[in-house]
Amino acid sequence: MGLREYIVRRILQLVFTLWAFVTLLFVLFRMVPGDPTTRFVMEYPTPEAREQRIEELGLNEPLHVQYIEYMSQLMRGEFGDSTHYREPVSELIFPLFLNTIVLMFTALIIAYTFGVIFGAAMGWLRGSRFERGGIVATLMARSSPEFWIGVILVWIFVFQLGVLPRSGIGGYGDELTMNVIDRYVNVDFLRHLILPALTGAIYYMATPALLMRNTMLEVLKADFIEIKKAEGLPERTVLYKHAARNSVLPLVTVVAIATGAAMGGSVIIETVFNWPGIGREMVASVTRNDYPVAMAAFFLMGTAVIVMNFVADLAYLYLDPRVKYE
Amino acid sequence: MSLETPPTDTDSLDRRKLRWQRRLEAVRNWLNVLKADRMGQIGLTILAVFFFIGVFARPIEISVGPVWATVQPFSLAPYEPGARVAGTGLQGPSWDHPLGTTHLGRDVLSQLLVATRVTLIVGVVAAFMAVFIGANVGIISAYYGGWVDDLLMRITDVVYGVPFLPFAIALVFIIGASLVNVIFAIVLILWRGTARVVRSQVLSHKQRPYVESARAIGASDFRIMYVQIMPNVLPLISLYAAFAVAWAVIAEASLSFLGLGPPGMISWGEMIYDVRSAGALREAWWWVFPPGIAIMLFVMSVFFIGRSLEKVVNPELRHSE
Repeated sequence: MGLREYIVRRILQLVFTLWAFVTLLFVLFRMVPGDPTTRFVMEYPTPEAREQRIEELGLNEPLHVQYIEYMSQLMRGEFGDSTHYREPVSELIFPLFLNTIVLMFTALIIAYTFGVIFGAAMGWLRGSRFERGGIVATLMARSSPEFWIGVILVWIFVFQLGVLPRSGIGGYGDELTMNVIDRYVNVDFLRHLILPALTGAIYYMATPALLMRNTMLEVLKADFIEIKKAEGLPERTVLYKHAARNSVLPLVTVVAIATGAAMGGSVIIETVFNWPGIGREMVASVTRNDYPVAMAAFFLMGTAVIVMNFVADLAYLYLDPRVKYE
Repeated sequence: MSLETPPTDTDSLDRRKLRWQRRLEAVRNWLNVLKADRMGQIGLTILAVFFFIGVFARPIEISVGPVWATVQPFSLAPYEPGARVAGTGLQGPSWDHPLGTTHLGRDVLSQLLVATRVTLIVGVVAAFMAVFIGANVGIISAYYGGWVDDLLMRITDVVYGVPFLPFAIALVFIIGASLVNVIFAIVLILWRGTARVVRSQVLSHKQRPYVESARAIGASDFRIMYVQIMPNVLPLISLYAAFAVAWAVIAEASLSFLGLGPPGMISWGEMIYDVRSAGALREAWWWVFPPGIAIMLFVMSVFFIGRSLEKVVNPELRHSE
């Protein structure tokens, strides 16, 4: 199979996966036991109002009509109206999604920058006390659920030292009405960003650190490193220029997958820090039976995972030409 | 075909013996690795302590019809975990309550000990089921190939697109929070990793001579898959089982932390949820730290064991340390 054929096949797969995911979503949210109206429709004073609301939501249509309507709505990027806020979900959810992206990207950038450096150092200093301590520390971070890391950080920096704010993304008013620049570019926002981003960073750092260490060990065994050392290059140059640079490549695919996965993990961090993002909104909307919002949030997170997995596959293909297109 | 003698009884006996030898060999292998692996030893020790606590924290009673039997008669936990035993208001550690009390006057130590059992049940049951499904999907997919492989792998792809925790939250909320449903939600996602890895391993085993010869003697597909190939991928499966325990425990703790844990059951995640909703995060360090440290230690012990299993599966790692 040729490269082009492989890519076309992979794209078809992507479309199929997205379709199946969206259908799964539809089924999942219709799986609600009992009469769907009891969950989809909040309390209304009169039976007529209830009837009218059911009609508005299209819940009186046959299931296949609902499905087609739902699919075509998604195609247009519409998610219906929130039953709680009584406004279009798309307007509501995109600013939240942006907040999540800002938080998770900050966390991932910190995690991968320091993870790579830390992992390279562990690989370089193999067998040392630093390496052993490093492995235990990474596994400790990996073993703590995100909420536990968050709780510890809050306890230290908010309750004991009192230097950082505990929750939210800004000190004043309704953060979501401000325009993007005003919202993100100020010191107060940065202060609010530190703890949640650090929580994610600590949690995500283990993967690049351990992976980097392992590939470093592989690379350091290779002959060319010995040659470089024999050439009399300083250790530092061999480490950074040759060993580390060659070890970092396999991480590219992992970054893509981690970016997708982080969208799901944001649920916990956002809950701990009351971060007005898509994850916290998802939990909140699920508990208040606001299904259009919950579905939209779930849709965006799932799409992010699927697309990033696709990117990871293509990156892998690009990085490792030996891969067989099967 | 006339050259082949039909298998005699001694033949199959020998083969059975051989198989057992192979299995013993695998166990011995692991023990050898463990001897040199400090982290693996620590992991096993911690896990053993948690198992002990999980079993003996509270009496276990089993009823068969009208007959009640107390299987485990005594209790490590000094108090009833849900009972008010110390008046109200938070109390710091004391001789009566080594880890203090909750705002409702409940003994934190007792809750901590009793919660171990929930963690063990969720971790072990969910991991076992997820790995069972994943291993079967992987073996069947790789062995039959063709449309079976295509279908199963496309399903796996879709599951890979589902964000784990949000899915578990939505599902548990829709079908209701109970111990069974929490495990169900976790299993529904967790099998995917095992399926992929087992598939790729079986694909390589499929080509090997021993499978060819088994087929030549006329062994059934079922027999080849589960008697011939399965034991060879078993070390890998056990490695994935160890990691699955870790993920299941983290997932359960996270769900409980969000208030979606099994109601009426105290778990470590739920204890932290309780501290938070009681607004006691600031003062009650004796209430918030023990359950978090317990989760961390438990998951870490499983990771340590996983790492030493990894060295058995991938002998190259043994020399790198």
